[in-house]
Amino acid sequence: MNTLVRENHTGGERQATEQFTAPAATVLENADGYTLEVEMPGVNKENLEMWVENNELTILGRRALPSVEGALIHRESRSENFQRSFELDPSIDAGRISAKIEQGVVTLTLPKAEQVKPRKIAVS
Amino acid sequence: MSLIRYQTPCSVMWPSLNRWANLRDDLDTLLDLPFWNGSSRQSQLFSGWTPALDLYQNNDNIVAIVELPGMRKEDIEISLQDGTLTISGERKEEQSKENGATRTERFTGKFCRSITLPTRVDANKVNATYKDGMLTVTLPKAEEAKPKQIQINLN
Repeated sequence: MNTLVRENHTGGERQATEQFTAPAATVLENADGYTLEVEMPGVNKENLEMWVENNELTILGRRALPSVEGALIHRESRSENFQRSFELDPSIDAGRISAKIEQGVVTLTLPKAEQVKPRKIAVS
Repeated sequence: MSLIRYQTPCSVMWPSLNRWANLRDDLDTLLDLPFWNGSSRQSQLFSGWTPALDLYQNNDNIVAIVELPGMRKEDIEISLQDGTLTISGERKEEQSKENGATRTERFTGKFCRSITLPTRVDANKVNATYKDGMLTVTLPKAEEAKPKQIQINLN
């Protein structure tokens, strides 16, 4: 598979106990790597968690919504926190992934490895 | 859902929405239901981007909260006319052409939301803040719209 990511729907243990909503994401590719933009309105730096496990990148954002006193008279937003997992392409150097969050948009830079080295496979 | 190849959200969404709208039109014609006035909802559906809007009310204020991730402050416009609050704006495509998109779910382009406020507000004291991609518009109620306790006088 040549492209960055395949989505993983199975999720981890967290998903069994908590409902999440999948944030909208845009994936851009250039010669140096990939850029992943994920929309998480209401999430700030402190409430954002990201980890790579088993070649899978997971982004979890907990919403810190503006607290308003009073009665809710019209609602369109969803209250669930955001979580989404992406399978990383082997060409990505997972050790050099960097991220920033700005006005509710997480931007991840996923650089490609300088050289995708051939790997030996041991026979057990 | 495979995450591999480029798809515009529109190309996925529109056919089904078209069918939905057609079906509804058919139902309207067939059953002649004037009370099902969903024309505003329909126009929102077809504009592409409809940021979620929540509305709160307390004794002093009406508060609108809109999810607008990744906007610039200058690109958001808020106006108030005849008791209707309108929030509009545009998200510009920032990425250069050399980047190929393998997946596009984020909306770019214009949006416009209008909501009729339940009470009169003081247009001069409206306050808006933008933080973490959430726009909060606080609209103080006009004096005559605030709830009032009325004293009973005993003779």
